[in-house]
Amino acid sequence: MDQEYDAIILGTGLKECLVAGLLASVEGYKILHVDRNDYYGGESASLNLTQLHEKFAPEKAQDKAALTAKYGRWQDYNIDLVPKFMMGNGLLVRVLVRTGVHNYLQFRAAEGSYVQGKGGKIHKVPSNDKEALRSSLMGMFEKLRARSFFIFVQNFVETDPSTHGGYNLQRMPARDLYEKFGLAAETVEFIGHALALKTNERYLDEPAVDLVKAVRLYSDSMARFDTGSPYIYPLYGLGELPQGFARLSAVHGGTYMLAKSDVEVVYDEETGRACGAKSEGETAKAKFVVGDASYFPGKTQKVGQVVRALCLLSHPIPNVNDAESVQIIIPAAQCGRRHDVYVLGTSSAHNVCAKGRYFASVSTTVETNDPHRELEAGLRMLGPIDELFYNVTDVHAPLADGTADGAFISTGYDATTHFETTVRDVVDIYRRITGKELDLSKDDAAAANTSG
Amino acid sequence: MASDGRGAAITQAKLVLLGDMGAGKSSLVLRFVKGQFHEYQESTIGAAFLTQTVCADDRTIKFEIWDTAGQERYHSLAPMYYRGAAAAIIVYDIQSQSSFARAKSWVRELQKQGNAALVMALAGNKCDMEEKREVEREEAEAYASENGLFFMETSAKEALNVTELFHEIAVKLPKAPTPTNGPGVVLTNQNRTPQKSQCC
Repeated sequence: MDQEYDAIILGTGLKECLVAGLLASVEGYKILHVDRNDYYGGESASLNLTQLHEKFAPEKAQDKAALTAKYGRWQDYNIDLVPKFMMGNGLLVRVLVRTGVHNYLQFRAAEGSYVQGKGGKIHKVPSNDKEALRSSLMGMFEKLRARSFFIFVQNFVETDPSTHGGYNLQRMPARDLYEKFGLAAETVEFIGHALALKTNERYLDEPAVDLVKAVRLYSDSMARFDTGSPYIYPLYGLGELPQGFARLSAVHGGTYMLAKSDVEVVYDEETGRACGAKSEGETAKAKFVVGDASYFPGKTQKVGQVVRALCLLSHPIPNVNDAESVQIIIPAAQCGRRHDVYVLGTSSAHNVCAKGRYFASVSTTVETNDPHRELEAGLRMLGPIDELFYNVTDVHAPLADGTADGAFISTGYDATTHFETTVRDVVDIYRRITGKELDLSKDDAAAANTSG
Repeated sequence: MASDGRGAAITQAKLVLLGDMGAGKSSLVLRFVKGQFHEYQESTIGAAFLTQTVCADDRTIKFEIWDTAGQERYHSLAPMYYRGAAAAIIVYDIQSQSSFARAKSWVRELQKQGNAALVMALAGNKCDMEEKREVEREEAEAYASENGLFFMETSAKEALNVTELFHEIAVKLPKAPTPTNGPGVVLTNQNRTPQKSQCC
């Protein structure tokens, strides 16, 4: 470890591994990447059955025979700590293709996308003009109005004002755009929450262009792979993503050390800049240090809290056509909250649990002092639950951007069910470190000289 | 060329290499791949994996060969590395008992993954260095047969048994494709790397 590197990265969460992979493959940096855990993924890891119990129910982890008898082989489980799906045309897919990391992984579509409507009824989410006409969510006249909204979104080209319907979408609030199309409250709810995937109502007062782009991302994602779903998900769980980007960094010379439980950042005594890391009596030096908030005590602030219930089931989630993978969104208004509640289901179809077993998660942004209760609307949907682990995590954000003190800190994982904010944070960290914009407008691997 | 009129389907097989630093994992791969693909001059740095096609009996196997990329050095090899592997070559250096001991621990690690269909090969590399031998052939042979591995001594330097090793693995791969979760989603329409098959 007693060496000099261009960058030291602490924590192998998805964000840190993305930064490592990009700095190594695009910038050619010499990287040392260290984690205090003996597994990859940090806060965004996927844990096997043993690790899962060690983390959340250590008393049960001891009796391995009992766990095997109940759930099957421990190595057949890959349970996400931060369950999400990937948008088919989202930023993460672009980074995967641009870096060539998609070659290390396998993906399958996540089948179903549902939203809870009035009276607790669950509807399939319509994502384009044709589906809107068939949807059970709306009456006939509303269907026609929704259809014209979808056609508007479909024709939208940001650089071509003639497709903007005569509106200044940069200034017009999203709320007003809905009004122009005369959309009813329930339609607005599913478009905002199930298609644009907004977690709360604040977006209504923000520029309509963001809403249009978010809905467009959903429909473009639907179209991209022609699977009938906008979502994809990696086999063996999301924990494969950080591992994939770590491998990218390693094939470009990055050094990997796990299980360094005492690792900490070293700061220059005079300047206060982060200039290295030490563990087990050895010190590595670097120009700067990147990491998740847990490695930088005192340099971050709590900006929120997310509660996630990780549930093992013996049956698919009810009322969604026995889908082997599914997302159900419960809009905030449908459960008397300010933030939506998200239900995600996966299964052995994605190699995340043993055959015949299912995994479901329920998550939301914490609003009260009793976060577990905030998940009730989602947990009710699941039917009998074999085992439930609550994971309440504080979301920390850096106090400074790192340019002054050489400490580039990632923000914690929010409650969104996709990776758009995750990748945006990484792109931002990359810019703060290198001073360069990472161009993700093209995801053509041939356009970048970075494929491995 | 691959097309010989029989139209046999090409079977893709992920093959991973494991073993101590310096046992010769990368040189085995480069010897094997370079011997038949002169246009490929990639070094291991920057290469995610290399591919090579082998004909065994009436089948054509396209190996996707993964190197550890140095992640084994501090015991930090990601589980992703083994995922979906059809075959593994565990390499040690016949001049080093400690590398043989490390090879055994890699075998245990692989057995822990619980993939019953995995074809495992033990390769005692650098067998051209007979005068400095520390690991006797019989010792390794006995260990291999106890653990259901097949065993060969190789020399990447002298091109000894390298092609044979990969060919033997190809022969041993199960005929029936391992059950998978059906076709996945391909994130890009581009083919990975255009390959020419020079076997048959």
